[in-house]
Amino acid sequence: MRREFIAKLCELAASDRRIMLLTADLGFSVVEPFAQAYPDRFVNVGVAEQNMIGVATGLAEAGFLPFCYSIATFATLRPYEFIRNGPVAHELPVRIVGVGGGFDYGTGGSTHHSLEDIAVMRALPGMMVLAPIDGPQAAAALQCLWSAPSPIYFRLGKDSPQVAISGGRFEFARAQTLRRGTDILLISTGAMVVETMRAAEILAGAGMLAMVLSVPCLAPAPLADLRSALADASAVLTIEAHQQAGGLGSLVAEVLAEARLARPFRRLAASQPGAGRGGSAAWLLERNGLTADAIAVAAQTLLF
Amino acid sequence: MFADRQTVTPRALRRLILEESYRAHVGHIGSALSVVDLLAALYGGVIRSKSPDDPDRDRFVLGKGHAALALYAALFLRGWLSRAELASYCADDSRLGVHPTHHLPGVDFSTGSLGLGLSIAAGSALAARLLGKDRRTYVLLSDAECNEGATWEAAMFAGHHRLANLIVIVDVNGQQALGPTAEILNQSRMPERWASCGWTVREVDGHVPAAVRKALSPDPQEPLVVLAQTVSGRGVSFMERQVSWHYLPMSDEQYAIALAQSEALA
Repeated sequence: MRREFIAKLCELAASDRRIMLLTADLGFSVVEPFAQAYPDRFVNVGVAEQNMIGVATGLAEAGFLPFCYSIATFATLRPYEFIRNGPVAHELPVRIVGVGGGFDYGTGGSTHHSLEDIAVMRALPGMMVLAPIDGPQAAAALQCLWSAPSPIYFRLGKDSPQVAISGGRFEFARAQTLRRGTDILLISTGAMVVETMRAAEILAGAGMLAMVLSVPCLAPAPLADLRSALADASAVLTIEAHQQAGGLGSLVAEVLAEARLARPFRRLAASQPGAGRGGSAAWLLERNGLTADAIAVAAQTLLF
Repeated sequence: MFADRQTVTPRALRRLILEESYRAHVGHIGSALSVVDLLAALYGGVIRSKSPDDPDRDRFVLGKGHAALALYAALFLRGWLSRAELASYCADDSRLGVHPTHHLPGVDFSTGSLGLGLSIAAGSALAARLLGKDRRTYVLLSDAECNEGATWEAAMFAGHHRLANLIVIVDVNGQQALGPTAEILNQSRMPERWASCGWTVREVDGHVPAAVRKALSPDPQEPLVVLAQTVSGRGVSFMERQVSWHYLPMSDEQYAIALAQSEALA
Protein backbone atom coordinates (compact mmCIF):
# COMPACT_ATOMS: atom_id res chain seq x y z
CA MET A 1 0.00 0.00 0.00
CA ARG A 2 2.84 2.38 0.90
CA ARG A 3 4.51 1.86 -2.49
CA GLU A 4 1.33 2.67 -4.40
CA PHE A 5 0.95 5.76 -2.23
CA ILE A 6 4.48 6.98 -2.97
CA ALA A 7 4.02 6.22 -6.68
CA LYS A 8 0.94 8.45 -6.75
CA LEU A 9 2.81 11.12 -4.76
CA CYS A 10 5.61 11.08 -7.35
CA GLU A 11 3.03 11.52 -10.09
CA LEU A 12 1.39 14.49 -8.35
CA ALA A 13 4.75 16.06 -7.51
CA ALA A 14 5.59 16.27 -11.21
CA SER A 15 3.02 19.00 -11.68
CA ASP A 16 2.77 20.42 -8.14
CA ARG A 17 6.07 21.84 -6.94
CA ARG A 18 4.66 22.46 -3.47
CA ILE A 19 4.79 18.74 -2.64
CA MET A 20 7.67 17.68 -0.38
CA LEU A 21 8.45 14.34 1.25
CA LEU A 22 10.02 14.32 4.70
CA THR A 23 10.99 11.10 6.44
CA ALA A 24 12.25 10.42 9.94
CA ASP A 25 14.82 8.00 8.51
CA LEU A 26 12.36 5.28 7.51
CA GLY A 27 11.03 3.96 4.22
CA PHE A 28 13.82 1.74 2.86
CA SER A 29 12.74 0.47 -0.58
CA VAL A 30 9.69 2.77 -0.46
CA VAL A 31 10.72 6.43 -0.57
CA GLU A 32 13.60 6.10 -3.05
CA PRO A 33 11.53 6.82 -6.20
CA PHE A 34 10.54 10.20 -4.79
CA ALA A 35 14.05 10.94 -3.47
CA GLN A 36 15.54 10.20 -6.87
CA ALA A 37 12.96 12.11 -8.90
CA TYR A 38 12.82 15.16 -6.62
CA PRO A 39 16.05 15.36 -4.59
CA ASP A 40 15.43 19.04 -3.74
CA ARG A 41 12.04 18.24 -2.26
CA PHE A 42 13.06 15.16 -0.27
CA VAL A 43 14.42 15.62 3.26
CA ASN A 44 15.48 12.87 5.63
CA VAL A 45 15.33 14.76 8.93
CA GLY A 46 16.97 11.91 10.84
CA VAL A 47 15.38 10.00 13.69
CA ALA A 48 13.59 13.09 14.99
CA GLU A 49 9.82 12.92 14.56
CA GLN A 50 9.07 16.03 16.60
CA ASN A 51 11.41 18.11 14.50
CA MET A 52 9.93 16.59 11.33
CA ILE A 53 6.49 17.97 12.27
CA GLY A 54 7.89 21.35 13.35
CA VAL A 55 9.87 21.71 10.12
CA ALA A 56 6.79 20.69 8.12
CA THR A 57 4.79 23.41 9.90
CA GLY A 58 7.32 26.06 8.90
CA LEU A 59 7.36 24.74 5.32
CA ALA A 60 3.56 24.68 5.08
CA GLU A 61 3.30 28.27 6.34
CA ALA A 62 5.42 29.25 3.33
CA GLY A 63 3.11 27.41 0.93
CA PHE A 64 4.59 23.90 0.71
CA LEU A 65 2.63 20.64 1.05
CA PRO A 66 4.92 18.53 3.25
CA PHE A 67 4.26 14.77 3.62
CA CYS A 68 5.82 13.40 6.84
CA TYR A 69 6.60 9.69 6.59
CA SER A 70 7.31 7.21 9.38
CA ILE A 71 5.95 4.08 11.02
CA ALA A 72 2.44 4.91 12.26
CA THR A 73 3.23 4.89 15.99
CA PHE A 74 6.31 7.10 15.58
CA ALA A 75 4.55 9.46 13.18
CA THR A 76 1.59 10.10 15.48
CA LEU A 77 2.31 9.36 19.14
CA ARG A 78 5.85 10.73 19.55
CA PRO A 79 5.17 14.16 17.99
CA TYR A 80 1.50 14.33 18.99
CA GLU A 81 1.73 17.66 20.79
CA PHE A 82 3.75 19.12 17.90
CA ILE A 83 0.96 18.03 15.54
CA ARG A 84 -1.59 19.69 17.82
CA ASN A 85 0.26 22.98 18.28
CA GLY A 86 1.75 23.00 14.77
CA PRO A 87 -0.39 22.08 11.76
CA VAL A 88 -3.65 21.69 13.68
CA ALA A 89 -3.46 24.98 15.62
CA HIS A 90 -2.17 26.86 12.55
CA GLU A 91 -4.61 25.08 10.18
CA LEU A 92 -1.79 24.21 7.79
CA PRO A 93 -1.76 21.45 5.14
CA VAL A 94 0.79 19.10 6.70
CA ARG A 95 0.27 15.42 5.79
CA ILE A 96 1.26 12.67 8.22
CA VAL A 97 1.84 9.34 6.55
CA GLY A 98 1.85 6.56 9.14
CA VAL A 99 2.80 3.15 7.80
CA GLY A 100 1.82 -0.11 9.46
CA GLY A 101 -1.55 0.58 11.07
CA GLY A 102 -2.56 -2.20 13.46
CA PHE A 103 -0.35 -5.28 13.69
CA ASP A 104 1.35 -4.92 10.30
CA TYR A 105 4.83 -4.86 11.82
CA GLY A 106 4.12 -8.24 13.46
CA THR A 107 7.36 -9.54 14.94
CA GLY A 108 8.57 -5.95 15.35
CA GLY A 109 6.75 -6.06 18.66
CA SER A 110 4.51 -3.75 20.62
CA THR A 111 6.55 -0.57 20.00
CA HIS A 112 5.77 -1.02 16.30
CA HIS A 113 2.07 -1.91 16.57
CA SER A 114 -0.15 1.10 15.93
CA LEU A 115 -3.26 0.56 18.00
CA GLU A 116 -4.10 4.05 19.29
CA ASP A 117 -3.48 6.24 16.25
CA ILE A 118 -7.08 6.50 15.02
CA ALA A 119 -8.30 7.50 18.47
CA VAL A 120 -5.74 10.22 19.06
CA MET A 121 -5.77 11.59 15.53
CA ARG A 122 -9.53 11.85 15.28
CA ALA A 123 -9.54 13.81 18.54
CA LEU A 124 -7.72 16.66 16.77
CA PRO A 125 -10.12 19.30 15.39
CA GLY A 126 -9.83 19.72 11.63
CA MET A 127 -7.57 16.69 11.16
CA MET A 128 -8.69 14.35 8.38
CA VAL A 129 -8.11 10.69 9.25
CA LEU A 130 -7.95 8.24 6.38
CA ALA A 131 -7.43 4.47 6.48
CA PRO A 132 -7.58 3.00 2.97
CA ILE A 133 -8.16 -0.71 2.42
CA ASP A 134 -5.51 -1.29 -0.23
CA GLY A 135 -3.01 0.36 -2.56
CA PRO A 136 -5.48 1.47 -5.22
CA GLN A 137 -7.69 3.12 -2.60
CA ALA A 138 -4.69 4.79 -0.93
CA ALA A 139 -3.73 6.26 -4.31
CA ALA A 140 -7.31 7.35 -4.95
CA ALA A 141 -7.56 9.04 -1.54
CA LEU A 142 -4.31 10.89 -2.22
CA GLN A 143 -5.51 11.92 -5.68
CA CYS A 144 -8.72 13.22 -4.11
CA LEU A 145 -7.22 15.17 -1.20
CA TRP A 146 -3.56 15.99 -1.85
CA SER A 147 -4.13 19.73 -2.01
CA ALA A 148 -6.82 20.01 0.70
CA PRO A 149 -6.14 22.96 3.02
CA SER A 150 -6.44 21.01 6.29
CA PRO A 151 -3.93 18.61 7.85
CA ILE A 152 -4.38 14.93 6.97
CA TYR A 153 -3.38 11.65 8.62
CA PHE A 154 -2.98 8.72 6.23
CA ARG A 155 -2.99 5.39 8.09
CA LEU A 156 -1.43 3.06 5.57
CA GLY A 157 -0.90 -0.68 5.56
CA LYS A 158 2.66 -1.83 5.27
CA ASP A 159 1.88 -4.05 2.33
CA SER A 160 -1.20 -4.15 0.16
CA PRO A 161 -3.63 -7.01 0.71
CA GLN A 162 -3.35 -9.55 -2.10
CA VAL A 163 -7.02 -9.17 -2.98
CA ALA A 164 -7.85 -5.67 -4.19
CA ILE A 165 -11.45 -5.05 -3.16
CA SER A 166 -11.79 -1.28 -3.04
CA GLY A 167 -12.03 -0.98 -6.80
CA GLY A 168 -9.66 1.96 -6.44
CA ARG A 169 -12.58 4.10 -5.33
CA PHE A 170 -12.52 6.73 -2.60
CA GLU A 171 -15.06 9.39 -1.78
CA PHE A 172 -14.42 12.10 0.79
CA ALA A 173 -16.48 11.72 4.00
CA ARG A 174 -18.30 8.72 2.55
CA ALA A 175 -18.49 5.08 3.55
CA GLN A 176 -18.33 2.39 0.89
CA THR A 177 -20.81 -0.46 0.67
CA LEU A 178 -18.89 -3.53 -0.48
CA ARG A 179 -21.55 -6.18 -0.02
CA ARG A 180 -25.27 -6.07 0.56
CA GLY A 181 -27.22 -8.16 3.03
CA THR A 182 -29.93 -7.78 5.64
CA ASP A 183 -29.01 -10.19 8.43
CA ILE A 184 -26.14 -8.23 9.98
CA LEU A 185 -24.09 -5.12 9.27
CA LEU A 186 -20.29 -5.53 9.42
CA ILE A 187 -18.36 -2.23 9.53
CA SER A 188 -14.58 -2.13 9.18
CA THR A 189 -11.70 0.09 8.15
CA GLY A 190 -8.29 -0.23 6.52
CA ALA A 191 -6.92 -3.62 5.58
CA MET A 192 -9.23 -5.30 8.14
CA VAL A 193 -11.96 -4.86 5.52
CA VAL A 194 -10.35 -7.77 3.67
CA GLU A 195 -10.82 -10.15 6.62
CA THR A 196 -14.32 -8.75 7.07
CA MET A 197 -15.21 -9.57 3.44
CA ARG A 198 -13.90 -13.12 3.97
CA ALA A 199 -16.04 -13.38 7.10
CA ALA A 200 -19.08 -12.32 5.04
CA GLU A 201 -18.30 -15.16 2.60
CA ILE A 202 -18.16 -17.64 5.46
CA LEU A 203 -21.46 -16.34 6.81
CA ALA A 204 -23.05 -16.60 3.37
CA GLY A 205 -22.03 -20.25 3.32
CA ALA A 206 -24.01 -20.66 6.55
CA GLY A 207 -27.05 -18.92 5.06
CA MET A 208 -26.50 -15.54 6.71
CA LEU A 209 -26.38 -12.45 4.49
CA ALA A 210 -24.07 -9.75 5.83
CA MET A 211 -23.80 -6.21 4.62
CA VAL A 212 -20.20 -4.93 4.62
CA LEU A 213 -19.51 -1.23 5.03
CA SER A 214 -15.96 0.09 4.68
CA VAL A 215 -15.02 3.39 6.37
CA PRO A 216 -11.80 4.65 4.74
CA CYS A 217 -12.53 8.23 5.83
CA LEU A 218 -12.80 8.23 9.64
CA ALA A 219 -12.63 12.00 10.06
CA PRO A 220 -14.66 13.78 8.96
CA ALA A 221 -16.88 10.80 9.69
CA PRO A 222 -19.34 9.64 7.04
CA LEU A 223 -22.22 10.38 9.37
CA ALA A 224 -25.06 10.26 6.83
CA ASP A 225 -23.90 6.93 5.39
CA LEU A 226 -23.44 5.46 8.87
CA ARG A 227 -26.84 6.66 10.12
CA SER A 228 -28.57 5.27 7.08
CA ALA A 229 -26.84 1.88 7.23
CA LEU A 230 -27.32 1.60 10.99
CA ALA A 231 -31.01 2.45 10.74
CA ASP A 232 -31.50 -0.40 8.28
CA ALA A 233 -29.42 -2.92 10.23
CA SER A 234 -30.78 -5.61 12.51
CA ALA A 235 -27.42 -6.09 14.26
CA VAL A 236 -24.04 -4.35 14.05
CA LEU A 237 -20.48 -5.66 14.40
CA THR A 238 -17.43 -3.40 14.03
CA ILE A 239 -14.00 -4.81 13.20
CA GLU A 240 -10.68 -2.93 13.51
CA ALA A 241 -6.99 -3.51 14.13
CA HIS A 242 -6.92 -0.84 16.83
CA GLN A 243 -7.71 -0.44 20.52
CA GLN A 244 -11.39 -0.52 21.31
CA ALA A 245 -11.33 2.93 22.92
CA GLY A 246 -11.65 5.78 20.47
CA GLY A 247 -11.49 3.82 17.23
CA LEU A 248 -14.02 2.88 14.56
CA GLY A 249 -16.23 0.99 17.03
CA SER A 250 -16.35 4.04 19.28
CA LEU A 251 -17.32 6.20 16.32
CA VAL A 252 -20.14 3.82 15.37
CA ALA A 253 -21.32 3.68 19.01
CA GLU A 254 -21.50 7.48 19.07
CA VAL A 255 -23.60 7.51 15.91
CA LEU A 256 -25.90 4.75 17.20
CA ALA A 257 -26.46 6.52 20.51
CA GLU A 258 -27.07 9.96 19.03
CA ALA A 259 -29.48 8.53 16.48
CA ARG A 260 -31.29 6.67 19.31
CA LEU A 261 -30.83 3.37 17.53
CA ALA A 262 -30.88 0.35 19.83
CA ARG A 263 -29.30 -2.59 18.02
CA PRO A 264 -27.41 -5.71 19.08
CA PHE A 265 -23.88 -4.29 18.88
CA ARG A 266 -20.35 -5.50 19.46
CA ARG A 267 -16.92 -4.00 18.78
CA LEU A 268 -14.15 -6.39 17.71
CA ALA A 269 -10.77 -4.76 18.32
CA ALA A 270 -7.28 -5.40 19.61
CA SER A 271 -7.97 -6.76 23.06
CA GLN A 272 -5.17 -9.18 23.93
CA PRO A 273 -1.91 -7.51 24.92
CA GLY A 274 1.11 -9.60 24.09
CA ALA A 275 2.33 -9.95 27.69
CA GLY A 276 5.82 -10.38 26.35
CA ARG A 277 4.92 -12.85 23.61
CA GLY A 278 4.90 -11.74 19.99
CA GLY A 279 4.65 -13.19 16.52
CA SER A 280 3.64 -12.52 12.94
CA ALA A 281 0.84 -10.12 12.05
CA ALA A 282 -1.33 -13.14 11.18
CA TRP A 283 -0.64 -14.70 14.58
CA LEU A 284 -1.43 -11.44 16.37
CA LEU A 285 -4.72 -11.01 14.50
CA GLU A 286 -5.68 -14.57 15.40
CA ARG A 287 -4.79 -14.01 19.06
CA ASN A 288 -7.00 -10.91 19.05
CA GLY A 289 -9.96 -12.56 17.38
CA LEU A 290 -9.59 -10.57 14.20
CA THR A 291 -9.49 -13.32 11.57
CA ALA A 292 -12.31 -14.05 9.12
CA ASP A 293 -13.29 -17.17 11.07
CA ALA A 294 -13.37 -15.32 14.41
CA ILE A 295 -15.36 -12.43 12.89
CA ALA A 296 -17.90 -14.92 11.48
CA VAL A 297 -18.27 -16.62 14.85
CA ALA A 298 -18.73 -13.25 16.59
CA ALA A 299 -21.41 -12.29 14.05
CA GLN A 300 -23.32 -15.54 14.62
CA THR A 301 -23.03 -15.18 18.39
CA LEU A 302 -24.36 -11.63 18.23
CA LEU A 303 -27.46 -12.77 16.35
CA PHE A 304 -28.35 -15.87 18.31
CA MET B 1 -0.82 50.63 10.03
CA PHE B 2 -1.94 52.48 13.15
CA ALA B 3 -1.33 56.21 13.59
CA ASP B 4 0.33 56.03 16.99
CA ARG B 5 3.49 54.37 15.72
CA GLN B 6 6.46 55.09 18.01
CA THR B 7 10.10 54.19 18.33
CA VAL B 8 10.70 50.74 19.85
CA THR B 9 12.85 51.68 22.85
CA PRO B 10 13.53 49.56 25.93
CA ARG B 11 11.98 52.19 28.20
CA ALA B 12 8.78 52.39 26.16
CA LEU B 13 8.53 48.58 26.10
CA ARG B 14 9.02 48.35 29.87
CA ARG B 15 6.39 50.99 30.53
CA LEU B 16 3.81 49.15 28.42
CA ILE B 17 4.66 45.80 30.03
CA LEU B 18 4.21 47.26 33.51
CA GLU B 19 1.02 49.13 32.61
CA GLU B 20 -0.68 46.17 30.98
CA SER B 21 0.37 43.51 33.48
CA TYR B 22 -0.75 45.79 36.32
CA ARG B 23 -4.07 46.52 34.67
CA ALA B 24 -4.69 42.83 33.82
CA HIS B 25 -3.33 41.73 37.22
CA VAL B 26 -1.26 38.89 35.73
CA GLY B 27 2.30 37.61 36.11
CA HIS B 28 5.16 36.59 33.77
CA ILE B 29 6.47 40.15 34.29
CA GLY B 30 10.04 39.01 35.01
CA SER B 31 10.21 37.03 31.74
CA ALA B 32 8.88 39.95 29.70
CA LEU B 33 11.31 42.46 31.24
CA SER B 34 14.17 40.04 30.62
CA VAL B 35 13.78 40.31 26.81
CA VAL B 36 13.01 44.01 26.47
CA ASP B 37 16.42 45.02 25.10
CA LEU B 38 16.46 42.01 22.75
CA LEU B 39 13.08 42.96 21.29
CA ALA B 40 14.14 46.61 21.05
CA ALA B 41 17.03 45.44 18.86
CA LEU B 42 14.90 43.05 16.78
CA TYR B 43 12.00 45.46 16.23
CA GLY B 44 14.23 48.52 16.10
CA GLY B 45 15.54 47.68 12.64
CA VAL B 46 16.80 44.09 12.55
CA ILE B 47 13.56 42.37 11.48
CA ARG B 48 12.75 43.49 7.92
CA SER B 49 9.01 43.64 7.39
CA LYS B 50 6.89 46.10 5.47
CA SER B 51 3.68 44.73 6.90
CA PRO B 52 2.57 41.71 8.94
CA ASP B 53 1.10 40.02 5.86
CA ASP B 54 3.98 40.60 3.44
CA PRO B 55 4.94 37.03 2.35
CA ASP B 56 8.59 38.08 1.99
CA ARG B 57 8.85 39.56 5.48
CA ASP B 58 11.37 38.19 7.94
CA ARG B 59 9.66 35.73 10.28
CA PHE B 60 9.89 35.88 14.06
CA VAL B 61 9.18 33.00 16.45
CA LEU B 62 8.85 33.78 20.15
CA GLY B 63 9.94 30.37 21.44
CA LYS B 64 9.48 31.58 25.00
CA GLY B 65 5.80 32.36 24.42
CA HIS B 66 5.34 33.37 28.06
CA ALA B 67 7.07 36.68 27.25
CA ALA B 68 4.24 37.54 24.85
CA LEU B 69 3.41 40.83 26.57
CA ALA B 70 6.82 42.18 25.55
CA LEU B 71 6.07 41.17 21.95
CA TYR B 72 2.63 42.83 22.04
CA ALA B 73 4.29 46.01 23.30
CA ALA B 74 6.79 45.88 20.42
CA LEU B 75 4.01 45.28 17.87
CA PHE B 76 2.13 48.28 19.28
CA LEU B 77 5.18 50.54 19.09
CA ARG B 78 5.83 49.26 15.58
CA GLY B 79 2.33 50.39 14.63
CA TRP B 80 0.90 46.92 14.00
CA LEU B 81 -1.35 46.73 17.04
CA SER B 82 -3.86 49.35 18.14
CA ARG B 83 -3.80 50.86 21.63
CA ALA B 84 -7.33 49.56 22.16
CA GLU B 85 -6.33 46.00 21.31
CA LEU B 86 -3.19 46.19 23.45
CA ALA B 87 -5.45 47.22 26.32
CA SER B 88 -7.40 43.96 25.88
CA TYR B 89 -4.42 41.95 27.21
CA CYS B 90 -5.78 38.91 29.10
CA ALA B 91 -9.39 40.13 28.85
CA ASP B 92 -12.23 37.82 27.82
CA ASP B 93 -12.65 37.50 24.05
CA SER B 94 -9.17 39.00 23.46
CA ARG B 95 -6.55 37.92 20.91
CA LEU B 96 -3.86 38.88 23.44
CA GLY B 97 -3.34 36.06 25.91
CA VAL B 98 -0.41 35.18 28.14
CA HIS B 99 0.99 33.22 25.15
CA PRO B 100 0.79 34.56 21.59
CA THR B 101 -1.50 33.28 18.84
CA HIS B 102 -0.86 33.60 15.11
CA HIS B 103 -4.38 34.94 14.68
CA LEU B 104 -2.91 38.28 15.78
CA PRO B 105 -1.31 40.19 12.88
CA GLY B 106 2.43 40.36 13.50
CA VAL B 107 2.58 37.00 15.28
CA ASP B 108 3.85 34.53 12.68
CA PHE B 109 3.46 31.39 14.79
CA SER B 110 1.55 30.49 17.95
CA THR B 111 3.80 29.44 20.82
CA GLY B 112 3.53 28.70 24.51
CA SER B 113 4.69 25.09 24.61
CA LEU B 114 8.48 25.24 24.97
CA GLY B 115 10.56 23.31 22.45
CA LEU B 116 8.37 23.72 19.36
CA GLY B 117 9.65 27.12 18.24
CA LEU B 118 13.05 26.25 16.83
CA SER B 119 11.66 23.36 14.76
CA ILE B 120 9.06 25.57 13.11
CA ALA B 121 11.67 28.24 12.52
CA ALA B 122 13.99 25.71 10.88
CA GLY B 123 11.18 24.73 8.51
CA SER B 124 10.49 28.38 7.79
CA ALA B 125 14.18 29.02 7.01
CA LEU B 126 14.38 25.92 4.80
CA ALA B 127 11.27 27.11 2.93
CA ALA B 128 12.86 30.51 2.24
CA ARG B 129 15.94 28.83 0.84
CA LEU B 130 13.91 26.47 -1.37
CA LEU B 131 11.88 29.40 -2.68
CA GLY B 132 15.00 31.49 -3.35
CA LYS B 133 13.85 34.23 -0.96
CA ASP B 134 16.35 36.29 1.03
CA ARG B 135 14.07 36.56 4.05
CA ARG B 136 15.37 35.41 7.42
CA THR B 137 13.78 33.69 10.39
CA TYR B 138 14.53 34.99 13.88
CA VAL B 139 13.83 32.99 17.03
CA LEU B 140 13.92 34.02 20.67
CA LEU B 141 14.41 31.04 22.98
CA SER B 142 14.62 30.94 26.75
CA ASP B 143 17.60 29.22 28.32
CA ALA B 144 15.25 26.74 30.01
CA GLU B 145 13.90 25.93 26.55
CA CYS B 146 17.30 24.37 25.92
CA ASN B 147 16.18 21.64 28.38
CA GLU B 148 13.79 20.46 25.66
CA GLY B 149 15.13 17.61 23.54
CA ALA B 150 13.27 18.89 20.50
CA THR B 151 15.29 22.12 20.60
CA TRP B 152 18.39 20.04 19.93
CA GLU B 153 16.70 17.99 17.20
CA ALA B 154 16.10 21.30 15.44
CA ALA B 155 19.58 22.65 16.26
CA MET B 156 21.19 19.57 14.67
CA PHE B 157 18.89 19.88 11.65
CA ALA B 158 19.66 23.56 11.07
CA GLY B 159 23.39 22.98 11.49
CA HIS B 160 23.40 20.01 9.14
CA HIS B 161 21.51 21.91 6.45
CA ARG B 162 23.58 25.06 7.05
CA LEU B 163 20.51 27.27 7.38
CA ALA B 164 22.38 30.57 7.42
CA ASN B 165 19.06 32.45 7.22
CA LEU B 166 18.12 31.18 10.69
CA ILE B 167 19.10 33.39 13.63
CA VAL B 168 18.47 32.48 17.25
CA ILE B 169 18.76 34.56 20.38
CA VAL B 170 18.84 32.66 23.66
CA ASP B 171 17.64 34.79 26.58
CA VAL B 172 20.19 33.55 29.11
CA ASN B 173 18.69 34.93 32.31
CA GLY B 174 19.66 31.91 34.36
CA GLN B 175 16.14 31.49 35.76
CA GLN B 176 13.51 28.90 35.16
CA ALA B 177 10.11 28.11 36.57
CA LEU B 178 11.25 26.57 39.84
CA GLY B 179 14.71 28.06 40.35
CA PRO B 180 18.09 28.89 38.86
CA THR B 181 18.90 26.98 35.66
CA ALA B 182 22.30 26.00 37.04
CA GLU B 183 20.63 24.09 39.87
CA ILE B 184 17.86 22.47 37.82
CA LEU B 185 19.60 21.13 34.72
CA ASN B 186 23.22 21.75 33.87
CA GLN B 187 23.59 24.47 31.22
CA SER B 188 27.39 24.47 31.20
CA ARG B 189 29.40 24.84 27.99
CA MET B 190 26.39 26.16 26.08
CA PRO B 191 28.57 27.83 23.40
CA GLU B 192 30.28 24.50 22.70
CA ARG B 193 26.94 22.68 22.54
CA TRP B 194 25.63 24.95 19.78
CA ALA B 195 28.97 25.08 17.98
CA SER B 196 29.14 21.28 17.92
CA CYS B 197 25.77 21.29 16.10
CA GLY B 198 27.26 23.47 13.36
CA TRP B 199 26.24 26.94 14.56
CA THR B 200 28.15 30.20 14.71
CA VAL B 201 28.00 31.29 18.34
CA ARG B 202 28.25 34.83 19.73
CA GLU B 203 27.91 35.93 23.32
CA VAL B 204 26.64 39.37 24.19
CA ASP B 205 25.32 41.52 27.03
CA GLY B 206 21.60 41.23 26.34
CA HIS B 207 20.85 44.62 27.84
CA VAL B 208 22.86 46.65 25.34
CA PRO B 209 20.62 46.88 22.25
CA ALA B 210 23.39 48.25 20.03
CA ALA B 211 25.62 45.30 20.95
CA VAL B 212 22.74 42.87 20.38
CA ARG B 213 22.06 44.43 16.95
CA LYS B 214 25.70 44.01 16.00
CA ALA B 215 25.79 40.40 17.22
CA LEU B 216 22.72 39.62 15.11
CA SER B 217 24.55 40.21 11.84
CA PRO B 218 24.10 36.85 10.07
CA ASP B 219 26.94 34.48 9.32
CA PRO B 220 27.08 33.80 5.58
CA GLN B 221 27.62 30.06 6.00
CA GLU B 222 25.96 28.80 9.16
CA PRO B 223 22.95 29.38 11.38
CA LEU B 224 23.72 31.92 14.07
CA VAL B 225 22.98 31.75 17.79
CA VAL B 226 23.44 34.78 20.03
CA LEU B 227 23.70 33.84 23.68
CA ALA B 228 22.42 37.00 25.37
CA GLN B 229 23.24 37.37 29.05
CA THR B 230 20.21 38.95 30.67
CA VAL B 231 18.61 39.58 34.05
CA SER B 232 15.04 38.43 34.65
CA GLY B 233 12.89 41.32 35.89
CA ARG B 234 15.45 43.77 34.45
CA GLY B 235 14.92 47.38 35.55
CA VAL B 236 12.84 46.75 38.66
CA SER B 237 15.04 46.14 41.70
CA PHE B 238 12.70 43.85 43.63
CA MET B 239 11.97 41.72 40.55
CA GLU B 240 15.51 41.18 39.33
CA ARG B 241 16.64 37.53 39.50
CA GLN B 242 13.58 36.58 41.60
CA VAL B 243 11.78 33.40 40.53
CA SER B 244 8.59 34.62 42.23
CA TRP B 245 8.18 37.32 39.55
CA HIS B 246 7.64 34.55 37.01
CA TYR B 247 4.24 34.27 38.68
CA LEU B 248 3.23 37.31 40.74
CA PRO B 249 1.06 40.25 39.73
CA MET B 250 1.91 43.70 41.17
CA SER B 251 0.24 45.51 44.05
CA ASP B 252 -0.50 49.27 43.72
CA GLU B 253 2.59 50.17 45.70
CA GLN B 254 4.85 47.79 43.77
CA TYR B 255 3.51 49.17 40.51
CA ALA B 256 4.39 52.76 41.46
CA ILE B 257 7.94 51.78 42.43
CA ALA B 258 8.40 49.63 39.33
CA LEU B 259 7.28 52.43 36.99
CA ALA B 260 9.59 54.96 38.63
CA GLN B 261 12.61 52.63 38.50
CA SER B 262 11.89 51.63 34.93
CA GLU B 263 11.67 55.26 33.77
CA ALA B 264 15.02 56.02 35.42
CA LEU B 265 16.74 53.33 33.34
CA ALA B 266 17.82 53.88 29.73
